[in-house]
Amino acid sequence: MDLKSIDALPTDDEREAIERVLATQPEPTRDLLLPVLRAIQARVGFVSKGALAHACDRLQVPPAEAWGIATFYHLIATRPAPRTVLHVCDDVACRARGSERITKALASRFAPEAAAHHDACWKRSPCLGQCERAPAALRIRAGEPVEERALGGLDAVSAMDALRGETIAVPAPASIQQPRDSLRLLARVGVVDPESLDDYRAHGGYAALRRAHELGASWVLREVSDAKLLGRGGAGFPAGRKWGAVASQPARPRYVVCNADESEPGTFKDRVLMEGDPFAIVEAITLAAFAVSAERAFVYVRGEYPLAAARLEHAIASARRRGLLGESVMGHAQRLEIEVRRGAGAYICGEETALLESLEGRRGEPRAKPPFPVEQGLFGKPTLVNNVETLAAALLIVRDGAPAFTALGTPESSGTRLFCLSGDVTRPGVYEVPMGLTLRALIALAGGATHGLAGVLLGGAAGTFVGPDELDLKLTFEDTRRAGATLGSGVVIVFREGTDFRAVVHGLAGFFRHESCGQCVPCRVGTTKVDDLLARVRAGTPDGTWDDERDRLRELGHVLREASICGLGQAAASALESATQRFAIWPAAMPTPTPTPSNGGKA
Amino acid sequence: MAAGSPTDPTGRLVTLRRKVQLTIDGATLSVSEGSTILDAAKSLGIDTPTLCFAQNLTPANACRVCVVELEGARTLVPSCARRVEPGMVVHTDSARVRDARRTVLELLASSVDMSATPKFAEWCERYGARPTRFGTPTPRPVVDDNALFVRDYAKCMLCYKCVEACGDDAQHTFAIAVAGRGAHATIATELDTPLPDSACVFCGNCVGVCPTGALQFRAEHELREADAWDESRQSQIDTICPYCGVGCSLTLHVQDERIVKVTSPVGSEVTHGHLCVKGRFGFEYLGKR
Ligand SMILES: Cc1cc2nc3c(=O)[nH]c(=O)nc-3n(C[C@H](O)[C@H](O)[C@H](O)COP(=O)(O)O)c2cc1C
Ligand code: SF4
Ligand code: SF4
Ligand code: SF4
Ligand code: FES
Ligand code: FES
Repeated sequence: MDLKSIDALPTDDEREAIERVLATQPEPTRDLLLPVLRAIQARVGFVSKGALAHACDRLQVPPAEAWGIATFYHLIATRPAPRTVLHVCDDVACRARGSERITKALASRFAPEAAAHHDACWKRSPCLGQCERAPAALRIRAGEPVEERALGGLDAVSAMDALRGETIAVPAPASIQQPRDSLRLLARVGVVDPESLDDYRAHGGYAALRRAHELGASWVLREVSDAKLLGRGGAGFPAGRKWGAVASQPARPRYVVCNADESEPGTFKDRVLMEGDPFAIVEAITLAAFAVSAERAFVYVRGEYPLAAARLEHAIASARRRGLLGESVMGHAQRLEIEVRRGAGAYICGEETALLESLEGRRGEPRAKPPFPVEQGLFGKPTLVNNVETLAAALLIVRDGAPAFTALGTPESSGTRLFCLSGDVTRPGVYEVPMGLTLRALIALAGGATHGLAGVLLGGAAGTFVGPDELDLKLTFEDTRRAGATLGSGVVIVFREGTDFRAVVHGLAGFFRHESCGQCVPCRVGTTKVDDLLARVRAGTPDGTWDDERDRLRELGHVLREASICGLGQAAASALESATQRFAIWPAAMPTPTPTPSNGGKA
Repeated sequence: MAAGSPTDPTGRLVTLRRKVQLTIDGATLSVSEGSTILDAAKSLGIDTPTLCFAQNLTPANACRVCVVELEGARTLVPSCARRVEPGMVVHTDSARVRDARRTVLELLASSVDMSATPKFAEWCERYGARPTRFGTPTPRPVVDDNALFVRDYAKCMLCYKCVEACGDDAQHTFAIAVAGRGAHATIATELDTPLPDSACVFCGNCVGVCPTGALQFRAEHELREADAWDESRQSQIDTICPYCGVGCSLTLHVQDERIVKVTSPVGSEVTHGHLCVKGRFGFEYLGKR
């Protein structure tokens, strides 16, 4: 390709940040574009024209495409920006815990959103995956080295301190709040030293991989299949079938991708696993790669998880030094390299094909399926994409055998599962319970609702609401499906009595509008129309009559569900629709004004 | 590149193809393997609306106005991109399909100026779409930064066609791309640099594929602004580009003895509808302006 360069030069800092990323790889390939953009952002706080020019030259990416990619991600600034940015969560769980008081205080006492003040600014952020510590924020200070710090239990005072650059100690409650003896996936979290391979091995680490090597890949495939493990990332696809499909592809190479993008509002379980037991995730990926004969694997960690990414990188490096990765894994004829790749603020990059696009150095726009990633995934090759928790569960299955796994849960939903409890609940955190427990019992395990219970958001923003009279719902794939609900990514957000559900669903609509990749018309335009419609509902100013608005919402729900490319658009109205069936969303008692089309009446 | 036409491992077009049987709107038919549902429907004489699809481009799969109901599929599927499979049962005019198409058209009309899109009004009528149901588009300034064509992104529906024509599918210049995300997505050069300072070589292929009139050749734009654009007064003359030895087929669109637009037939083996700056704009030197 003969590319025309951008006419600008990078600063020394920018050049060095770029070259340092390229030095980690044998060739300057396109897939390094996002790591390079991230590195520039981390060093100087935004991607300048000169930095973009140098990145394009070195990676041979057309400048227009690189610009399209840089402008796709929320955490990459493409205009000069202050060095310190405080990303303040204003998503559903944090709002339930009063985050609006913080954003209001910052706007009046510090500066308006995104406005620079003493080389710092604050911005609203979608869920940061720290919901058990709500209200939460993430402070990023560009420089060498960059400082990225998750802050929890925030109030207006500590938020101001954080913006002034003060080191603030925020009390973070322990993420695990239940009796330890029942824990399996979480057994080592909070017990093992997450930075010590020896400690991991002392706690049973690498027993599963040894067993897999002894009994062979086809045994592993059978065991995972027999365990009836269903994917924990949201879609609930049988893991055994996926593994088998990748293993049976003729094409090579094959890849394993661990989906650690975890951006579904209300979800933080994968973070707890990665931060607390990173070697287990590395071992689990090694196991999956062994089963499907992949020699290269990636963990795509959401950009807002600095600690999880650092712990995984450390674990990978330690494992590599000790012969648990590399040319001969555990002295066995298995070869594997694992790389951590970080996202940069885009919920859509959790959708598996958008994730693959992002990994390849493109805009995170979902692909048309078929073909599915098991056939044509990363770089067009067969690829196993699994959620962090799914892989962690597979590790247990191989270590203890399928029967031990199916002994828990129900026949159709085997094993234990991680649930993320947040909102108005006494002890927010990750809870591991056998599938089949009722929602009521799960909430009780977390100490119950703090101020009465008006409803629960189950499964995340892409999930559904459950009313107080439906708490006997059993938490399994089959029971939720029958009830028209979903477990999604294991989200359980509790809302107190008196919750303004109109505001809650309007917040969810804003989330989808913000996170739509923009590729397809139903979602790109539909999500904005849903958001606008809910703004009218809250303001009490219908476009036409409330019946018109009701029709519009129904039609928007239909087109989103039926005609969107991916799960984001398809699920964008589901929580809202479930809310209208349970809570007073429509201003029914409101007098219907005389129909005046707000659109100016243009035909 | 002729997308949708399968090639063998050496890249040659596969001509001898197996047949696949499927049912569309109750009629059973056989079409060549590798065809799309859209191709199959067309062979039955079914007229499917399409916007982001073009015979000479990779399906962008983005506008969703072509969706059909496929039995067994959870959601509707895009007929332009979905390949036929044996035994498929497809409905192109069910209530599910009509409802979805209607709302897609309404959403488009509410966010994009579709007034220069051929057939759009006809489709709105067919599906009972009320163009202002979800509001009206926000005006945007026309980008007028070069001598040969103008960009009126208020008319851009983000079909990706210009990006594909500028990139992998024809020109390999990559001067433009989609930038921004979601409702903020637009077609842009890097840092919104004016086209003459970008990589653009002014082949006009992006203009040639734009379905909405967001990209217009200057002559056409000026005539339209003056309300003088009149296709009924235009004649088309097929010729061969005189500038080089490739011999691209050209179609000259002439109105009032003036060449107002140059295109190339999409079916042309030589051009697949794409040209270079000389063929596309060389008429400017023919002494007309
Ligand atoms: C908008 C969207 C976001 C998603 N985000 C995630 C995510 O953050 N993590 C995840 O594991 N799966 C996510 N998924 C599901 C993935 O597409 C995919 O199904 C999953 O990674 C497969 O892994 P599993 O079978 O182990 O669940 C998302 C799906 C959609 C549509
Ligand atoms: S549904 Fe939304 S997120 Fe998914 S491809 Fe379409 S625009 Fe992108
Ligand atoms: S005129 Fe040609 S080179 Fe310029 S943007 Fe259009 S397609 Fe690309
Ligand atoms: S400018 Fe035209 S061709 Fe390009 S995306 Fe917009 S509508 Fe499509
Ligand atoms: S961190 Fe705020 S909602 Fe999740
Ligand atoms: S024509 Fe099929 S999606 Fe646009």
